Amino acid sequence: MSDVRAAAGNANRPMSPHLQVYRPLINMVMSILHRMTGVALYFGFILLAWWLTAAAVGADYFNYVNGIFGSLLGKVVMFGFTWALLHHMMGGIRHFIWDTCRGLDIGSVKMLSFMTGFVSVIGTLLIWAAVGFAG
Amino acid sequence: MVQLTLPKNSKVTRGKTWNKPSGKGNWKEFRIYRWTPDDGKNPHLDTYWINTDECGPMVLDALIKIKNEIDQTLTFRRSCREGICGSCSMNIDGTNTLACLKAISDVSGAVKIYPLPHMDVVRDLVPDLTHFYAQHRSIEPWLKTDTPTPPTEWKQSRDDREVLDGLYECILCACCSTSCPSYWWNSDRYLGPAILLQAYRWVNDSRDEATGERLDNLEDPFRLYRCHTILNCTRACPKGLNPAKAIAELKKLMVERRV
Repeated sequence: MSDVRAAAGNANRPMSPHLQVYRPLINMVMSILHRMTGVALYFGFILLAWWLTAAAVGADYFNYVNGIFGSLLGKVVMFGFTWALLHHMMGGIRHFIWDTCRGLDIGSVKMLSFMTGFVSVIGTLLIWAAVGFAG
Repeated sequence: MVQLTLPKNSKVTRGKTWNKPSGKGNWKEFRIYRWTPDDGKNPHLDTYWINTDECGPMVLDALIKIKNEIDQTLTFRRSCREGICGSCSMNIDGTNTLACLKAISDVSGAVKIYPLPHMDVVRDLVPDLTHFYAQHRSIEPWLKTDTPTPPTEWKQSRDDREVLDGLYECILCACCSTSCPSYWWNSDRYLGPAILLQAYRWVNDSRDEATGERLDNLEDPFRLYRCHTILNCTRACPKGLNPAKAIAELKKLMVERRV
């Protein structure tokens, strides 16, 4: 971009505000969250791989790692992981619908974006309620 | 490239208040982005008060009133004042739109007005659109044919003409392109929603004979595929068009011609 700006004689001109002033429309917020949860999942799956590796190593090491995941901090991270997974999955479904050129009118866009957030939060709570009951 | 914050010379500071409500009436506060190349200062937000009882209904009416009666240095583009020229596109109350189509009464509290986002500012509310126009030219927005030119006009059936509804009405105001975060970060290589809507318009024209060549030119990780379906474009368009849908259709055409 700097090349383009310099060529236009714009090097000294200010850049107008963007993220700082744009209204956080729900479709934009959900798009940003989709990207952020995608990055979070990258690290979440490293944890999952660690857990599975521990199981392969042996009982003692598995109990050690499992204990970390079962601690309060571990549960908070797992709760976040669950939400990130559901949010990213709902976002994936939403994008799949849009890729077929459906649901692209403003009403559907708002509804699908809202549902991504809503279902991911409710789903996370339901999963953790079920896990809680199972001990 | 993604840069979430503004460069140092672009940070917006507090400006001055030009007038205060005086006398009876319905007074509305306007906070407007100001920058001039003449004084070496950073952009700042100036405050103006307008009695809406003595002003037309639209934000553009208020801007013209400010320029006429309070501050003649306020700079902005305007022409038709009825949503057909696309000159007065700006960021009002957090979204891009045309000042002439945005009612003052639709904004609660102070009306905040900025230039179109993530653009080089020439002065006040005037952004530099040179690059945007160059991108429009790059998709060759004209009829391209191989068959000899007919003695009269290139004919088109009513049905074929109807296909272009929702595409040809674009006035190139750049509201959609400058609402798009992908365009903010990659406008040097990504064409942006307005230009891709026009690309789709020419791909869809029954008289045009360069469809394959047009799609070839878009088959690029940046030019077309930087669209991540964020959909700010469709929500911004003051003409009610749907650039996001046009881009989705283009992506679909890319797949369909390969299978």
